[in-house]
Amino acid sequence: MESATVTLGGHAHEEEHHGPPEANQSSRIDRQTLGILLFIVSEVMLFGAFFASYFFLRVVVDPPSWPPHPYELPVAVAGVNTAILVSSSFTIHYALESIRRGNRQGLKLGLVLTWLLGATFLFIQVNEYVHIGFSARDLAFGSIFYGLTGLHGAHVFVGLMLLSFATIRAFRGHFGPAAKDHLGVEVPGIYWHFVDVMWIIVYTTVYIL
Amino acid sequence: MHNPLRSEADAFRWVVVIGLGAVSVIGLTLLTRPVFGVVWAALLIGFGVGVAYRSSRGSLPRSVELTKGGDGRRRLLVVANETVGGEALLEEIRNRGRGGDSEVMVVTPALAASRAAHWASDVDEAIELARQRMELSLIEIERLGLKAKGEIGDSDPNVAIEDALRVFPADEIVISTHPPDRSRWLEHEVVERARDEIDLPVTHVVVDLVAEGVTKN
Repeated sequence: MESATVTLGGHAHEEEHHGPPEANQSSRIDRQTLGILLFIVSEVMLFGAFFASYFFLRVVVDPPSWPPHPYELPVAVAGVNTAILVSSSFTIHYALESIRRGNRQGLKLGLVLTWLLGATFLFIQVNEYVHIGFSARDLAFGSIFYGLTGLHGAHVFVGLMLLSFATIRAFRGHFGPAAKDHLGVEVPGIYWHFVDVMWIIVYTTVYIL
Repeated sequence: MHNPLRSEADAFRWVVVIGLGAVSVIGLTLLTRPVFGVVWAALLIGFGVGVAYRSSRGSLPRSVELTKGGDGRRRLLVVANETVGGEALLEEIRNRGRGGDSEVMVVTPALAASRAAHWASDVDEAIELARQRMELSLIEIERLGLKAKGEIGDSDPNVAIEDALRVFPADEIVISTHPPDRSRWLEHEVVERARDEIDLPVTHVVVDLVAEGVTKN
């Protein structure tokens, strides 16, 4: 017998393989993309916990008005901010479509625009916190508002970090048209879309409904 | 089923769809009352979940990437689980290995005892049983005078084939199953899927262990 390799259970023969068993490669999706999808699943659960608190407050506690008097939410400004963030999904998609076609300039432009839009969103949100007129200590309303929007803001910040790395690498010529050659943009791109979707949900539920 | 979210392009489509849905909810809420927006949002979410479920049904058309050999050796990839020691399969391997330098790789998918065990990753026993069967079959194949090696594969035989083809430059694939009335692999169209996805000759061998009098593990 030449070899009898066991990849799932780690029964590899001693004479052939030392150390931990080789990673099982049974997946029809590359490991990086699968990793970010699993991470997003965990993030959905995290946001779900915050939304559960929010809906408990809205439905079970049922305050007479929302937001509670005398607080007001800057719906219009947040709406503009929402448009800015959603626009960044289009620019990151443009960046990826560009590199898929071998257009490196388009990749760089798309990434820079995405980063700028994301940073603008974060700046406006911080500015909103400064001028909104209540803090996280003002009723459960303040806690859940800052909890949800702050949690999302932290995700935007992480997304901006990922985009920064991708942008730097793009300017260094790291990415290519083949799918395996631009995973460094694909994975942050998926994360960025997730951040956008979460904001759409946060804005709709917290500011509008 | 397949994952409906496999790439950035898929994620972008979801952003657009969810964004449009949100615009309609926001518009309805601002024009009427929040309760109508909530009802409309609930309807859209239900509809979206249904669409996502429908779009994830079935397997995606795909082709498997092959590794090139190029050293003149003929390589045979054998995929079998309980039937791996069957006489009919060994006879097929013997015929394929005649008259030349040949190498056989046996892939034995580790099948969990139940769906619950599969989802709970309780596959240790399945892996051990598969390994025992595979090693016995390797001994039998070496008795035929052929070079042979083996690997425990993914519980999905088609995925196990794809994995094996990444490291083994096969010229031909032999899939061994129970007879049609007892074969789960045939029920799941493993052979048809392999023929559709892989640009290599695929031979299907039916092994009737009952008729051969082989005792299962």
